[in-house]
Amino acid sequence: MENRFESVEHVRDGLKKVHYLSDDGIAGVVFLAQRLGKPILVEGPAGTGKTQLAKSVAEMLNARLIRLQCYEGLDESKALYEWNYKKQLLRIQADKNSDSWSQVQDDIFSEEFLLTRPLLEAISSPDPVVLLIDEVDRVEIETEALLLEILSEYQVSIPELGTITAKQIPMVFLTSNNTRELSEALKRRCLFLHIDYPDMEREKEIVLTKVPDITQNLADQIARIVRSIRQLDLKKAPSVSETLDWARTLMLMGIENIDAQEAKDTLHILLKYQTDITKAAKELSVDK
Amino acid sequence: MTVLDLMSGFIAELRKAGLPVSLTENLDAMEAVKEIPIEDRQAFKYALAATLVKSNSHWRAFETIFEVYFSLRGPEHQIPSDMTDSDAELWREEQEMQQQGEGAAGSGGGMDSLTPEEIAQMLMQALMNGDQAMMRALARQSVQRFAGMEPGRPVGGTYYLYRTLRNLDLDNMLDKLMEANREQAAEELTKLEERLEKDEFESRIEQFKQEVEAEIRRRLVADRGAEAMAKTLRKPLPEDVEFMHANKEEMQSLKKALQPLTRKLAAKLARKRRHGRRGPLDFRATVRSSLSYGGVPADPRFKYPRPSKPELMVVADISGSVAAFARFTLMLVYAIQGQFSKVRSFVFIDGIDEVTDYFKSNVDISDAIHRVNTEADVVWVDGHSDYGHAFEVFWERYGKDINPKTTILLLGDARNNYHAASSWVIKEMQKRGRHVYWLNPEPRSYWNTGDSIVGEYGSFTDGVYECRNLRQLEAFVEKLA
Repeated sequence: MENRFESVEHVRDGLKKVHYLSDDGIAGVVFLAQRLGKPILVEGPAGTGKTQLAKSVAEMLNARLIRLQCYEGLDESKALYEWNYKKQLLRIQADKNSDSWSQVQDDIFSEEFLLTRPLLEAISSPDPVVLLIDEVDRVEIETEALLLEILSEYQVSIPELGTITAKQIPMVFLTSNNTRELSEALKRRCLFLHIDYPDMEREKEIVLTKVPDITQNLADQIARIVRSIRQLDLKKAPSVSETLDWARTLMLMGIENIDAQEAKDTLHILLKYQTDITKAAKELSVDK
Repeated sequence: MTVLDLMSGFIAELRKAGLPVSLTENLDAMEAVKEIPIEDRQAFKYALAATLVKSNSHWRAFETIFEVYFSLRGPEHQIPSDMTDSDAELWREEQEMQQQGEGAAGSGGGMDSLTPEEIAQMLMQALMNGDQAMMRALARQSVQRFAGMEPGRPVGGTYYLYRTLRNLDLDNMLDKLMEANREQAAEELTKLEERLEKDEFESRIEQFKQEVEAEIRRRLVADRGAEAMAKTLRKPLPEDVEFMHANKEEMQSLKKALQPLTRKLAAKLARKRRHGRRGPLDFRATVRSSLSYGGVPADPRFKYPRPSKPELMVVADISGSVAAFARFTLMLVYAIQGQFSKVRSFVFIDGIDEVTDYFKSNVDISDAIHRVNTEADVVWVDGHSDYGHAFEVFWERYGKDINPKTTILLLGDARNNYHAASSWVIKEMQKRGRHVYWLNPEPRSYWNTGDSIVGEYGSFTDGVYECRNLRQLEAFVEKLA
């Protein structure tokens, strides 16, 4: 496998170019995953840029992003491949008389009649791709086993066809919101990356890159307030995406300097529970 | 020592600390080490973590062990072997400081000549300005000066940490900083600004504490060697922390871990609903589908099973003997109540009271616990556990609400102070309800000793489970669903 990255710094700069601010951990693991040819299991609170990481890596590599959204009840025919029954039927009926049975049988189980689903598509693609398996914790633990072959060997076995091996090793990202413990087998095959809420400095940088025309001063204030809010004991701490929403709102309102009243009026963008809002307002002493 | 030796020692220590490092993960780590140079310590750390640590709750343990094993690598972390080097280094830092125009207090000689007051002064300056380099230098200096470390003395790092911090008077530092800040500010700070400043200073002080801690650890490792040091720092992983003995910090992480667990419980029960037995024949649907087969009922349809809502009753002992567990229990009840629609919770000591309303989903957990502790009417005579009386009252008041769909969860150590057991209540509960489970926070070896009568109650339940840590609770959830 060719090395797509030269160094950790290279990854970090590349990601920065596509407006994704990584830290040492993120860039290091992406670099390592590419070198070792292993999938990355990304875990962390909602809204910290897990899915965005995969998208940004795809953009950075100029690769196609193939996405498999997981949900309860996901099965082989939606994740891996499915035979195109209708086409097979047509094929059988089209030349009922001419071919011998064995020929037809060989024919209808060829790749022409195979509908590729995201996983198969990712490994059969000749161009580099980034495969994103989103919210893998939503599938049942039994369905997880479907992923194991592709994650460790980069191949898919189809009983009628044989084994399809990857033409190129795709970069694979699995994201999880940690609603349940993933199986040991899956974890073992992946590199593990936990993305937490960014520290204040990085959050400020993120706001600066993602929200055009925002002033240093405002970004700094936003990052500080969000950090203070995250320290409270809340039902749901504000995520990065909510911070960005808040920053954009403040920009639209033409606010240069956040004062207590404005902070209070816009808190509902950061926090989604009424109890949280009341608590934050009280804690930040803006409710007096 | 080669990297390989170091790595195998490191991984052995991880395993001793309880992290499940498999052979393949070990090999991955070795591969990873080849790609990332050990000199880049941050990247190296993350590379190892990505291959070896597969759960965020293990990160703390990993980080500590990593610091111990690799803190002496890399030039900037080398401890100077003799004092002259150290002096020179400090002197250099001093010079730097003067160039920045902040070393007013230490103009003569190295830092060694400073008085403790001056050090405190400098620390305050550094914290005020968020001066990283200065903070690090001061951390070093104060450890050297105040910790009084003696080679070979078998005390833990926390002892030295305490000694160092006591001398620096960090507790009052925050107030002082705030005051200085107020003076400095041109105009009156608003409440919001003040709060933000306070958080900023708090985080800087925390950072300084960590510097001090790291410095102490470095010195201890240099003195005793990595292996011995790692052993003294070994702490139980979050899932192995005993509920009864958890400290505040551990309680915090337990709380975090509870949320996914209850979600898991809810998911398991819900799934059982969906995949449960198929309902009876749906005649109408079967006839309708038979029309496409010319009236032959080739495709029998079944009624969708009516989802049965699991009902849960949690009855928890909150007396002094299980105080720490009780706090955890209440957190568990709170978390469960967020997931299930029909949960009723009761707490008792020698009287019993329903506390379902206190935990209604929108209430803050600490408020709820406070209300339970102050408002719930759980004391009947003397406030010592009396399971028998509590159960009798429970049966009298709420017994009729138990139906065949109800699962009852009893939490407590069954230490009854030699009162009457009234175990017939449990027997009746089991007859009328679906399941009765008992979770006991005591080690199994203590059961049925002294005034514990868990055996007597247990014989009427569907199972008594030892529940001392998250791992055991998780195992119970697995079994339940």
